[in-house]
Amino acid sequence: MTRGRRWRVVVFVIAAIYFLVPLVAAGEFSLRKPGGGYWVGNYLAIATDPVLLNALLVSLEIAVLTAVLVLLLVIPTAVWVRLRLPSVAGLLESATILPIVVPPVVMAAGIAFVQANLDAPVFRSLFSSSITALTPFYVVLALPFAYRAIDNGLAAIPLRTLVEAARNLGAGLPSALARVVLPAIRSAVLGSAFLTLALVLGEIVIARILLYTDTFPIAVVDVGRSAAGVSVALTLASLLLTWVLLLAVSFAGGRRTRSTPP
Amino acid sequence: MTRVATPDTADETARGTTVEFRGVQRAYGSTLALDGLDLTLRAGELLALLGPSGCGKTTALRLLAGFDKPTAGEILIGGKDVTGVPAAKRDAGMVFQAYSLFPTMTAAENVAFGMRMRKVAAAERKRRADELLELVGLGSRGGSYPHELSGGQQQRVALARALAIRPSVLLLDEPLSALDARVRVQLRDEIRRLQLAEGITTLFVTHDQSEALAVADRVAVLNAGHMEQIGPPQEVYTRPATPFVAEFVGVMNEVPVDGHRIVVGAAENRQVRPEGLGVGSSDGLPGTVLTSTFLGPVTRLVVSTAAGELTVDVVSRAGLPGIGEATTVSLIA
Repeated sequence: MTRGRRWRVVVFVIAAIYFLVPLVAAGEFSLRKPGGGYWVGNYLAIATDPVLLNALLVSLEIAVLTAVLVLLLVIPTAVWVRLRLPSVAGLLESATILPIVVPPVVMAAGIAFVQANLDAPVFRSLFSSSITALTPFYVVLALPFAYRAIDNGLAAIPLRTLVEAARNLGAGLPSALARVVLPAIRSAVLGSAFLTLALVLGEIVIARILLYTDTFPIAVVDVGRSAAGVSVALTLASLLLTWVLLLAVSFAGGRRTRSTPP
Repeated sequence: MTRVATPDTADETARGTTVEFRGVQRAYGSTLALDGLDLTLRAGELLALLGPSGCGKTTALRLLAGFDKPTAGEILIGGKDVTGVPAAKRDAGMVFQAYSLFPTMTAAENVAFGMRMRKVAAAERKRRADELLELVGLGSRGGSYPHELSGGQQQRVALARALAIRPSVLLLDEPLSALDARVRVQLRDEIRRLQLAEGITTLFVTHDQSEALAVADRVAVLNAGHMEQIGPPQEVYTRPATPFVAEFVGVMNEVPVDGHRIVVGAAENRQVRPEGLGVGSSDGLPGTVLTSTFLGPVTRLVVSTAAGELTVDVVSRAGLPGIGEATTVSLIA
């Protein structure tokens, strides 16, 4: 074994311990039955507790809305920049990193100020429900991940030639995007959609500061005060769900065009 | 010109459209990619646009396809000004250099795409797609995805796809440059056969002079944004209008000639192709062989003489002078 390889193994093992030990511990904890023994009761709370169930539905609704809006925003922008404005690619890349650079708490403080001081009816109705209030900000938070995933997907295909070929055959730009480009970057699209889902299922700071209590992550934290096992179980479950979805995407992406025709 | 009618295309009305570039200019900043190009493609002809990279030939093709707009001048297809018409409505079928097939569609779906955009009925789309794939020799591969096809097969599908929309003009953007030598020649001849059969006006952009000379009705040589010469291949090859054309289209020797002999210091300088010279005759100009390249049927010798280095192509045979050996160079009748 070469030195470089040995180091790689060491780093891998340390990273694996760092990430896996808390997960395994959480898993063990979530399966403990009060008074001794193990059970799956904590995992069933989602079906029996109407507050949790409702929170999950709210968050999934926000996640779907956020993913759709982010993709509608990012795909045409990334395509346009690659085709027509390659000079602003660097600028756009920096701009999309801002939501990571600026901590969510700063953004939330700014939003809270807006929430408290803008009295126009449109803002009042926007902030009246967690879905309409949080979705726009989650779109901003999801931008960096979605933009990078989509842009990488576009880099992997001969975008200009494909779009020109489609236009040459009579397709307008929207049609070329929908029929040719979108199917070709399908796995990148699904990947960014599920990253968005993961983000929404884990976002606490903004929801908490803006005082919305009915999203899934908030409900999970709140239930943790009285039933720690349920809280840990649901956190693990949502983590696993996201993993499974992302794994499914990478497998589907790999097999994309392999299907054998009749 | 020979025209071969195929059963399906015999009834077509849009056979052979003229294409005209009138004073077309395209500037990128202060550089002129095209500097006032005037060029007419006759109905049904295959015109090769030949030149080194950066000469403006691809710019001309992209302007005709509608992917780019000229900064001055106009472009006419069938006598109609299409300068402002978007690419999707140009009615020009294009074959790209490579990787232009839609990766998530089968070969047949690729071919049918343009017809789908034109709202052709599904049954008719399928019939025509099958027919065109048959025409390019891929009748059994309609269900294959692009990544399952070889480079040559992909370009055949691209050709079928471009023809499927019955375009009034066919645009070929170096369609053979990504293929290996044998497939290149094969597909080149096939393109020509189909072009003649369909009688479709075709602009063939290439940097390969042998390709241009082999398939074109006329060759237009472009250099630095302007046209150096346009004419039938034989004329461009044998009577190059400018030194650039002479150099770009094959190799050209500048030979001082007095009557039928090469004489150093003679008043007349004649341009002679390598195959117009021979070696070993007793009254030739003496010289020494610098390089000898075996090209199969011919061997190319570069001979250092008092009149400079001369390139001579001779029929390959035993007894040719080797590198470093003395020989003579003369004009052959």
